[in-house]
Amino acid sequence: MRQKMKEMFKLPLNPEKMVELYKCMVTIRRFEEKVSELFANGAIPGFVHLYIGQEAVAVGVCANLREGDNILSTHRGHGHCIAKGASLKRMMAELFGKSTGFCKGKGGSMHIADYESGILGANAIVGANIPIAAGAAFAAKSRGTDQVAVAFFGDGATSTGAFHEGINIAAAWKLPAIFVCENNLYAISTRANRSIPVKNIADKAAAYGIPGVVVDGMDIIAVYNAAREAVEKARRGEGPTLIECKTYRFCGSFEGDPQLYRRKEEREEWEKKDPLNFGRKLVESRHLTNADLQKIEADVKSSIEEAVKYARDSAYPEPKETTTDLLA
Amino acid sequence: MRKISFGEALREALQEEMRRDENVFLLGEDIGLQGGDFGVTKGLQAEFGESRVRDTPISETAIIGLSLGAASVGMRPVAEIMFSDFLGVCMDQILNQVSKMRYMSGGQVKTPVVIRTAFGAGISAGPQHSQSPEAFFMHIPGLQVVMPSTPYDAKGLMKTAIRNDNPVIFFEHKLLYSDKGDVPEQEYLLPFGMADIKKRGTDVTIIATGLMTKKALTAAEMLEKDGVSAEVVDLRTLMPLDEKTVIGSVKKTGRAVVVHEAWKRCGVGAEIAAMIMEEGMDYLDAPVKRVAGLNVPTPFSPALEKYVVPNEKDIVKAVKEIT
Repeated sequence: MRQKMKEMFKLPLNPEKMVELYKCMVTIRRFEEKVSELFANGAIPGFVHLYIGQEAVAVGVCANLREGDNILSTHRGHGHCIAKGASLKRMMAELFGKSTGFCKGKGGSMHIADYESGILGANAIVGANIPIAAGAAFAAKSRGTDQVAVAFFGDGATSTGAFHEGINIAAAWKLPAIFVCENNLYAISTRANRSIPVKNIADKAAAYGIPGVVVDGMDIIAVYNAAREAVEKARRGEGPTLIECKTYRFCGSFEGDPQLYRRKEEREEWEKKDPLNFGRKLVESRHLTNADLQKIEADVKSSIEEAVKYARDSAYPEPKETTTDLLA
Repeated sequence: MRKISFGEALREALQEEMRRDENVFLLGEDIGLQGGDFGVTKGLQAEFGESRVRDTPISETAIIGLSLGAASVGMRPVAEIMFSDFLGVCMDQILNQVSKMRYMSGGQVKTPVVIRTAFGAGISAGPQHSQSPEAFFMHIPGLQVVMPSTPYDAKGLMKTAIRNDNPVIFFEHKLLYSDKGDVPEQEYLLPFGMADIKKRGTDVTIIATGLMTKKALTAAEMLEKDGVSAEVVDLRTLMPLDEKTVIGSVKKTGRAVVVHEAWKRCGVGAEIAAMIMEEGMDYLDAPVKRVAGLNVPTPFSPALEKYVVPNEKDIVKAVKEIT
């Protein structure tokens, strides 16, 4: 058993790295749970689309990125932003609509952006971030750097024109982009196989002459490894990859979603593969103790409470801010 | 002074700005090897290479999206949308992405994207290659809308557009590309939001852009013969709009006629007329008149096409109705 665990973890990660990945996933999970609570009691207005269950994808991909790399996220983007290093405080403040939020309260949950951390914005138009990611990749290639750009999107996005155009141009021009599809089986209520005529979204990559990789999106190591290969390939100037992460959201599409389109039993099956089970695996393989797990939870809890306090204590933007930041 | 064509003036602007700033690059369909459907980018790929003058697939959404992504990290793209009618294809990238990115991010990013596009009727190009969609874009906060009528204006405004840190949609009327006009050798730029009084007059203000400015000037000559002195204000940029020059002119003349090729209903003339009423009611001796395109798609047959867009006689007629 221990040998099997050792083999699982022999490449490419050292223990500290693996613990980091676990902690990041826990941070996302607890952040989202807190957001759910705050949304329910009215502190967070608008729409929220939570990332619960999909943590391994954001963390596994972003762990391969440097500060200078860029990501283009989605309306379900809190996980991507946390994994890329965005401040929890400024994210929470943005969700509350406060002036101290990343976007001064003008964007909200679906538009969180932290350009300094390479987060070129979360996008609420499904698929639209894909050609934009191609653009960031184009800039890197033009400048001769080895930076890469990642676009995250769901199964629903793969039916859009923007998906096709963005990946097509990135492939045709051999841009350093990585296209990460989080196939959580539903586009709101529409089951993926009703809209997608091929077995795997990764199969669509063949149309563009790029590798299409299917990954268990609930397995942090698997995602990490697949992303690493794709990122390194892009850095070498060998063009884009389409990674399809098979995953599942344990929550509704949006908070308030009655989830009439799926059965509780299906969710319960997927919950058995919770990416956060990685913590237990780390304990089993003696990389962590149970006390360590508790400490991680305590640390995460405290940083989230700090973020909530920051958000609550921050001021709302002044009315005059409605007309600022339009033109440079 | 030397005379060059509208198309050549644009090419010079692009060339000068590309020489000046290595971050400027061009992309669009057939702009590289072919030099563009209207020849505006001829020779630029030979000078600057394929990496800076890129022929794209037929992918308007990707053209604009890629431009936005590159601009977000410091490049200065000038994207061509071959015919303005094709802006419909990439409308999301303009409406929801390029125009809003800065605001939505709370001012974190600058998006210096220039979108050049050929528009307008008159060559029997048919309903999907002849439109004037500037009103859709003037309506969107975050966009600047430019529509020059002369080679001089075209060059100066294009240079400004490229150096400007905000999104610009630059409308080039098809029938103006071969028009020649005075353009100095020395470098110059023209600011946005500064209209140009192309002809001074006292009895009526005719407000126009693009090809209609030319028609307005011809109409003004016709009106002179009938003893009506028309002032022709060429807006040059619709957004920002030079309200001051327009109102200043209306204050002098007391009468205004707005001319545009685009469909009359909800065209930019409606906005300008409302603005004149709001700001210049005291100066008006007559209602503001609009001379605009018929509310129909542009028909192909030359026998029909000429009737759907305003001509000099229509402008004269409108002026006479209020003088």
